[in-house]
Amino acid sequence: MNDQESSAPIAMASMDDTARADLAIVVLGIADDCMLQGHRDSEWTGLGPILEEDIAFSSMAQDELGHALVWYNLLAGLGETRSPDLLAFTRDAGDWRNAQIVALPRGEYPFSLMRRHLHDLAKAVLYDGLIACGVAEVAVAATKLRQEKKYHLIHNRAYIERLARSETGRGPIQAALDELFPFALGLFEKQDAHDRLAAAGFIPSQALLRERWLDVTCSSLAAAGLRPPAHRAEEAWIPDVDPRVGGRSGRHVPEQVALLEAMQGMFRSDPEATW
Amino acid sequence: MSSSENSAGGTTTPRLVAEEETSPGQLAAFEERIARGEKIEPGDWMPALYRKQLIRLIQQHANSELMGALPEGQWIPYAPGFRRKMALIAKVQDEVGHAQLLYRAAETLGKPRHEMMTELVNGESKYSNVFNYPCETWADIAMVGWLIDGAAIVNQTIMQTGSYGPYSRALQRITYEEAFHLKQGYDLVVTLHTGTPAQRAMCQEAFSRWWWPLMMFFGPPDRASVHTDILQRWALKPKTNDEQRQIFLRKFVPKIQELGLEIPDEDLRWDEDSGTWHFTQPDWDEFKRVIRGGGPLNAERLALRRLLYEQGSWLRTALEQAEQPRAAA
Repeated sequence: MNDQESSAPIAMASMDDTARADLAIVVLGIADDCMLQGHRDSEWTGLGPILEEDIAFSSMAQDELGHALVWYNLLAGLGETRSPDLLAFTRDAGDWRNAQIVALPRGEYPFSLMRRHLHDLAKAVLYDGLIACGVAEVAVAATKLRQEKKYHLIHNRAYIERLARSETGRGPIQAALDELFPFALGLFEKQDAHDRLAAAGFIPSQALLRERWLDVTCSSLAAAGLRPPAHRAEEAWIPDVDPRVGGRSGRHVPEQVALLEAMQGMFRSDPEATW
Repeated sequence: MSSSENSAGGTTTPRLVAEEETSPGQLAAFEERIARGEKIEPGDWMPALYRKQLIRLIQQHANSELMGALPEGQWIPYAPGFRRKMALIAKVQDEVGHAQLLYRAAETLGKPRHEMMTELVNGESKYSNVFNYPCETWADIAMVGWLIDGAAIVNQTIMQTGSYGPYSRALQRITYEEAFHLKQGYDLVVTLHTGTPAQRAMCQEAFSRWWWPLMMFFGPPDRASVHTDILQRWALKPKTNDEQRQIFLRKFVPKIQELGLEIPDEDLRWDEDSGTWHFTQPDWDEFKRVIRGGGPLNAERLALRRLLYEQGSWLRTALEQAEQPRAAA
């Protein structure tokens, strides 16, 4: 990857068929992550614990759905013939390639906040990597979306840090971190398509992304007074828990089926109708 | 969204107000400012009754925005397609944002937010009756967006000419955003009404359900409202309930008829002589029943809001603790 960072990006159309197919698989996973994260966050709209967070989660939900739309649209350049609406509102759970973390039920506020944060950090690290790497359209999209991640992270940190230094908040936010950490590691699940693209220098490897994510995540949470379920060995953070994987190959938490039934029900109820 | 429909509460005579002047002529000077069209600002002298009525109006309006987020918010997970989903989240977010803006405007009059929230969830402070009716189908979302927000715009456009600066400025921003809701709602109505037979039927049914709550939206006929006199004199409520209802009908009946939706009032007609719409009065006993808590969903909506407020107390406590100096550290 380091060699690729300095070379000129190539357009998706110039990639060979295998690389294009691999890229479509990876991008679909990113899009599905964003879509379900947005859906889950919108479950706070109107129901937030305080007005300010009600409004903030609604904003981030809209951002996330917007990001999903960017990635689904990008698939059109990789041979996908279905529209973003068809992709998001008609596929069965087994055809989704999201990591399991985004489909977990909304839960209480600390859970939602910590999920956002772990996922935002993962996407920030990913987008940084995509900006630096080889595919022109992907780099353009990542550049745009990375700017919004900056504000998500400022928001998340402000609340996580305050919870971590309060008597009442410390326990629940730590519990959320413990529960979510294995699922967050699942965002870096091994994916053959990803490996091939990384080997060809188009995108950073999962191992590198995971290492960067562990560093930024564990260091900042530890600085906030929380205990990430990982330990430091020399320069690197090593997780103390196993990742929860399966999402990238279509194995999901049971709640994803119910989520999709709700989200897709009306859209699928009448394929002829315009909504 | 309507700040005007409550008919409960007492009045005080202006004579009592004049008694609390701290220097002679204060009340007269205050009323002259209002007559000149000046805005009253938070630090200015104002009669206690003006402050009290203003808090009541703004607080009820804020409550309505917040309660209004519930029926629509409930449909967000089901919204069909990217466009509708994102628009509905944005819309409900706007309503919550309006609540925040209005609670802050009320705070400028000396009432803290937690007191207003407590009064709301304890049922001691009112909100618009329309939000105690259910949104049974997706078409209800269309009707609320187009017609309830449309009615709210009529109300808020009038209220923003009122005499209190912070409320007036908040309303300018709010009506600007509501105008987008109206467009979204109208687009939804047209889509459903020109859609499949099932969509068309769903659209008409929702419209018929919302007609009577809409007719009650602006509150009881003028002769029956106890607040109107003093509110008009101090430019807190520049137009009466009936005047507002007529503005709404003039604006919306032609559009409803043009679409071909059937209005469930056989006696509705334009009266050339008076230049007003003649209509069948809605069931004002039902209106009173709903105000007193007997509407289809009063108990459910308030119970949900109370539960959310109680659940949020954990976070409010934690955030307060985080602001304390770190004594233990």
